[in-house]
Amino acid sequence: MRELTGGQTKVEVPGDTVREVVDALDVRFPGLHDRLIEDDRLRSGLAVFIDGANSRRRLRAKVEPESELYFIESLGGGLTPTLEFKKA
Amino acid sequence: MAVETRTGRTVKHHDNTYNVIGTTPIRHDGVEKVTGEALYGSDINLPGQFHGKVLRSPHAHARILSIDTSRAEALDGVHAVITGQDIPEPADKIISGGEGDGNLLKYKTENILARAKTHYHGHPVAAVAAISPHIAGQAVKLIDVTYEVLPAVLEVREAMAPDAPIIIEDLLTELDDQVISETPSNIAEKMVYETGDVDQGFEESDLIVDREFSFGVVHQGYIETHNATAHWLKDGNIHVWCSSQGAFSIRSELANILDHPITKIHVTPMEIGGGFGGKTTSYLEPLAALLSRKSGRPVKMNMDRDEVLKATGPTPGGYVRVKLGVTNAGIVKAGYAELAFDAGGFPGSVVGAGCKCVFAPYNMPNAKVVGYDVVVNKPKTHAYRAPGATHAEFASETVVDEICRELGLDPVEFRLQNSAKEGDWQLDEPPYARIGHIECVEAARDSDHWQTPLEQVPGKLRGRGIASGFWFNVGLTSSAIARLNSDGSVTLLEGSTDIGGTRTSVAMQFAETLGISVDDVFPIVADTDSVGQTDVTGGSRVTFATGIAAHDAANDMKQQIIAGLADLWEMSEDAITHRDGTFLTDGKSLTVREAALLLTDEEIFPVGRATVTPERVGGAFTTHIADVEVDGETGKVEILRYTAVQDAGVAIYPPYVEGQIQGGVVQGIGWALNEDYVYDDKGLLRNSSLLDYRMPTALDVPNIETIIVEVPNPGHPYGVRGVGEVPIVPPPAAVANAIHDATGLRLRDLPMSPARVQAALTSQNGDQT
Repeated sequence: MRELTGGQTKVEVPGDTVREVVDALDVRFPGLHDRLIEDDRLRSGLAVFIDGANSRRRLRAKVEPESELYFIESLGGGLTPTLEFKKA
Repeated sequence: MAVETRTGRTVKHHDNTYNVIGTTPIRHDGVEKVTGEALYGSDINLPGQFHGKVLRSPHAHARILSIDTSRAEALDGVHAVITGQDIPEPADKIISGGEGDGNLLKYKTENILARAKTHYHGHPVAAVAAISPHIAGQAVKLIDVTYEVLPAVLEVREAMAPDAPIIIEDLLTELDDQVISETPSNIAEKMVYETGDVDQGFEESDLIVDREFSFGVVHQGYIETHNATAHWLKDGNIHVWCSSQGAFSIRSELANILDHPITKIHVTPMEIGGGFGGKTTSYLEPLAALLSRKSGRPVKMNMDRDEVLKATGPTPGGYVRVKLGVTNAGIVKAGYAELAFDAGGFPGSVVGAGCKCVFAPYNMPNAKVVGYDVVVNKPKTHAYRAPGATHAEFASETVVDEICRELGLDPVEFRLQNSAKEGDWQLDEPPYARIGHIECVEAARDSDHWQTPLEQVPGKLRGRGIASGFWFNVGLTSSAIARLNSDGSVTLLEGSTDIGGTRTSVAMQFAETLGISVDDVFPIVADTDSVGQTDVTGGSRVTFATGIAAHDAANDMKQQIIAGLADLWEMSEDAITHRDGTFLTDGKSLTVREAALLLTDEEIFPVGRATVTPERVGGAFTTHIADVEVDGETGKVEILRYTAVQDAGVAIYPPYVEGQIQGGVVQGIGWALNEDYVYDDKGLLRNSSLLDYRMPTALDVPNIETIIVEVPNPGHPYGVRGVGEVPIVPPPAAVANAIHDATGLRLRDLPMSPARVQAALTSQNGDQT
């Protein structure tokens, strides 16, 4: 995903849910939405960690103002370079 | 009643005290198992059952030109023959084996039964059901298959070459879900993980060590071979009894492979004689089901050892390169690694996990790891205890030892100085929560083993090595249902196959929470119709995740008991409290047993239940010390003494934790010194028996000394961490580092067999020194 963010691995964007955060990311880095979401669900093999917790609610999960989110591949797969960002 | 079987000791980093946790009750399944009354998959016999056998490919890589089953079908006593054409055409979708590793359904299906090609020696080509195993065995020999034999490729670097024989003609390399190859390739996936500035980190380094490592294929070596019995009923319901690490996963796989409603598939897990990750997927189950449908009878199938070794899922062979940069003071500045794992005949190795583990024990500010998932003509590889981590950390922990030697640093102090700790960045994972690597290294440093100098004997080559290891552990989903019986006992249904004594470790957490004796909890491993969704017994997750389910089910039951008592006593639920197994209110106090009598007499039957998917799992660290003696003439390596220190969070049943540690170490020693798939130049496996595939026996290893470190896991109500997998990670590196200490040789290829060690000892140019 780094090619979509110009090499950045940590960015700050607004949003009250993971879905809103992804939408905000896509505005800033076009193409990220489709890299993370397929058929309105987090892509198979991806997980989203919010403040260290592997969120079961995924796109529906609430995000606090200082939350740190990590989109990572689920254990055992293996494709996705790291993208870390912080909610603004 | 309790048993005392501890051999090691515990170093606690908490002040928690418990009534049940940490004790050693007699295991609930103990009597059945020691008397032979426990039922395993092969013990199932249904009225009128047939027996199934598989025809397997005699070639490593071949196109199937034709299959003629007529002679087999004509054999008296044969009732069904199936080929790849009998499996529904697979949809192009991903299914999960339960440990997070997705596999394309079409590859999964073709691995069950070949369609157009055979991808490895032993690949199933057809299957037969007959009135006896012997007739089925005769029948498979009457199936006429015409093959076009194709060139085979078995080693990852050869398979990655542009001119390598292509195994899957339409396979293109993907990176981050994007196709990056223009022509078909054996490289199914490339993956890149990066943090910090690696180039800058190496520029800031005073010493850079860059080394290459290779690995053979290693099997899990479970004693019980695969088996499955299936009955496809006339109404479309399918009943399956099998030896699996996950009944729900088998149900899900069958629904996908057979394109059959999941509600019509009923899987009963039997007792299991080992799995270690190798029984988290199906091999015989779909075949038995299809043969049952075709024959109209239940069909029972058993693999023999030759089939298990040839055609189930061992751990990958492969290649790892590790480059580490440090300052003269021993501060790690940068790490780079390349990992290429053989996936076997179809994509989907554990290389991704290996990539994430390779530098995990260290705070690594700048790191880049590149992984390759490579298809070769060997059986489709699968999980094996901390999948991918042993390969990766053998390489990195050997390089760390070399750096310490080069700079004259104490390997213990190096690890303490650079250790990962809470808050440190993990490669492509969120920062670590509370972890116990430093505590493990400290306990190793303070151990009798480390503090006692290795006795040197004139004429003997003796040495000591140390290595750490990390494994993530996983959470996934677990369920528990608890029924309060009228006598105060509890029947506890859980869906987790019990491999390492988890019935009892889960029941202990239930008992601790409800405040009763674990002897009053009767745990049952239930079938897929009797308990909620429960993922595989794998990822060191059962005592952790199913333990949380039991804890939550106990709290649910507790609340229902309080509600029942409040109703009977006509008071608010808030007026009743629970403490140490007693329900209290003004002037009244009842034990759980007394409450059960009272409630059930009033036809109130509490049923506690919980389904959990833990969000904070908590990884496991371990540090091992090995003493070896190398025979200068034969190259044989003897383990003189071995100590394993491991953070268990909180040990629910300490002897079980020790058993897991000792078992993992012994498997790791086998991996280090002996175990390897031997293929000939045609790609045919030549050591598919346990005589020739040499696993360690009790005569090959000393008592494995254990030290349990308890740094409670914040993601579990009692602080549990999974313990089953990580102990297999350090042995190859610890042994390799000890061999170097003894001989001055740096061995970087597994196994470090007598032949390899002897060759290195007699090497004239000493490239590996």
